[in-house]
Amino acid sequence: MGTIKKFKNYFSNIPMLGWLLGVFTAVLIEYYWGYDYISYYLGLPKIPALFGALFMLKDPYMIPGVMGYNLIVYIIPILLIAKITTFFTNPTAFILEKMPLWLSVIIHLICFYGILHLWAGINDYRALVVKLTMISIILTISINVINGYQGEFSCSHPGFMAIGAYISSVLTLLFFVDDKIFGAALLPSYLGPWIFPLTLIAGGFAASFGSLIVAIPSFRTRGDYLAIISLAFMFIIKSAIENIQFIGGARGMGGQPDYATLPVIFIWTMLCIWIIHNFVTSIMGKALNAVRDDEAASESMTVKTRKTKMTAFMFGAFWAGIAGGLFAHVLSYINPGTFSLTRLAEILAMVYFGGLNSIVGSIVGAVSISVLGEALRPLELYKWIIIPLILIFVMIFRPYGLISFKEINAKRLLRSKNKKEEGV
Amino acid sequence: MESLTELFTYILQNLINALQRGSFYAVISIGYSMVYGVLMLFNFAHGDIFMVGTYIGFAIATLFIALFAGFLPGPLIFVATVIVTMFLASWIGVFVEVAGYRPLRSAPRASAAITGLMIGIIFETGILIIVGAQRLKFPALMETVSYNVGGVYFTNVKIMIIVISLLLMLALHGFIQKSKWGMAMRAMSYDFLAVPLMGVSINIIAPLTFAVGAGLASVAGILYGQAYPILDPYMGVLLGWKAFVAAILGGRGSIKGAALAGYLLGFIEIFVATIFPSTLRDLIAYSIIILILTYKPRGFFGMEHSTKLRL
Repeated sequence: MGTIKKFKNYFSNIPMLGWLLGVFTAVLIEYYWGYDYISYYLGLPKIPALFGALFMLKDPYMIPGVMGYNLIVYIIPILLIAKITTFFTNPTAFILEKMPLWLSVIIHLICFYGILHLWAGINDYRALVVKLTMISIILTISINVINGYQGEFSCSHPGFMAIGAYISSVLTLLFFVDDKIFGAALLPSYLGPWIFPLTLIAGGFAASFGSLIVAIPSFRTRGDYLAIISLAFMFIIKSAIENIQFIGGARGMGGQPDYATLPVIFIWTMLCIWIIHNFVTSIMGKALNAVRDDEAASESMTVKTRKTKMTAFMFGAFWAGIAGGLFAHVLSYINPGTFSLTRLAEILAMVYFGGLNSIVGSIVGAVSISVLGEALRPLELYKWIIIPLILIFVMIFRPYGLISFKEINAKRLLRSKNKKEEGV
Repeated sequence: MESLTELFTYILQNLINALQRGSFYAVISIGYSMVYGVLMLFNFAHGDIFMVGTYIGFAIATLFIALFAGFLPGPLIFVATVIVTMFLASWIGVFVEVAGYRPLRSAPRASAAITGLMIGIIFETGILIIVGAQRLKFPALMETVSYNVGGVYFTNVKIMIIVISLLLMLALHGFIQKSKWGMAMRAMSYDFLAVPLMGVSINIIAPLTFAVGAGLASVAGILYGQAYPILDPYMGVLLGWKAFVAAILGGRGSIKGAALAGYLLGFIEIFVATIFPSTLRDLIAYSIIILILTYKPRGFFGMEHSTKLRL
């Protein structure tokens, strides 16, 4: 315990900028020497995609190689560079601290995105995992608005996602793609990436109108009955899509153009985090918590419970629809079976693993469950024993999730760490 | 006149099918309802307990047929299979309670729901690993005989399924109303704070409830195996969720309501499938359920007192 504390203490004066610089160096090392030198001499067939989890699980003899790779490429450079460069990252962080918070956050995010782009650009699999993880983040935060902040147990998220996915797919196929179903493109295809956000928003609005079917019964009932209504809603959406033949029915729908690139998804994810954070810290967000904790008391304190519930559902569903649209354009193929019980279990696992009532918790939950799901892929079936077991243990020892009812202050996170004594 | 008789036989034919389908839903959804009555929690692993019960029934039935087929009469083998399977499957229920629900008794309800779901996934995967991807065929425990009464076709298996389900429900009713254990269960669902003070331990009643539910589900599994012999590790998911819907529709905690709603769900599904194209079955069935719950938010026999949902 003492060593860990000493270790943490030793690295405690590194600001976020320093860590970012360290990671940047690590990624650069991987980019230039990762394949030609490091993985070659360690006997790895190619650059390990997700920190070598796939190699390790496939072939135990590769464990030392993978460990060495992670040590050489990630751990040593990150710690070393981050520690060495404190002499100028701390003053820089101090300058940024003096700027308005939004500017400093945007500068950090641009740095972060640059690193992510390089890291994900090394192979396609990594890029796909990063994209799907960010979509999971949007989904998890948006379900947290309903299940965490508003306190319902809603199971309809795959349904909202399906609405968004189908509406935005239909719009992009209709306008920008020469398709068998919808005929020739109505608009020139170079406009596509620019109008794509509008199709996503259309999908989001459609999903939030759909959510009224669940929101209106929620005026009179809650808890298990609402869970059933939302579950029924999910099945209805799935069944309805299966029966509409011109969008493919049960066969699904393919050929969506590749508009959901990494920067697009990154911007949407950050927008989602920012807007939902503002929403839940606003008066309306506090009203959600009040309705969750005691409906009658909040009603008597002039909270309009009906309006609150409706807003929560529509808002959550809007972002689920956006996530669905992005999802459709990442995979370029969707079918109704994608948005069913398996997806529901996955989303619920993410939000309850990460923590209710917390955006940071949702991000942690989404990232850990998606990355864990990908990293354990070589185990095939056993993966579906390990992940549920982890979740059960989290539920037993931390019933509200890992990081619940907590937020991280962006200002504290980004400030310079020169004066150690100050921030206790 | 001619067409009227035809219509009548047509309805009667579908009635039998609906009763058969409803029997499965009713027997399974009773398990949900009983657990809710005692713990105020739903056992989300129940659908998968049903699935595991079916596999246990498969193993027992295969074993018994191999051992005794020569010299014991068929009905006796059937009864023996049912009893042994019920006994074994009820331990699955006890396991779920002890491993998944007991540590979470004071936790928020959603956490318990997630735990139940996850135990269900573990069961599915476990069965898939043990059995492999092959499709098993449930051995027929009795010879199928078809009857034709005035144009209505039915088999003895269908009749058996309907009759055994009804008998099971009657037996359960007797158990809950007449026996000491049943009285303890009813008391627990009436007030789970005061009853433990009277010397009734919830650590005995809760596993017992899970065990009875699992036993019922396993019998439903055997019957299901007689009607639809192909086994599949994911068979519990859809059936379980539908039975859960029935349990809610009947009013949580109400066993009578669960059974009735189970039959109602069977009727809705069969009659929707005969009137409309069968692909619309889920769409219409669930729309009806949303409508019912919008106008009767507590289900048919739901308790009036509101349980506040802590998250």
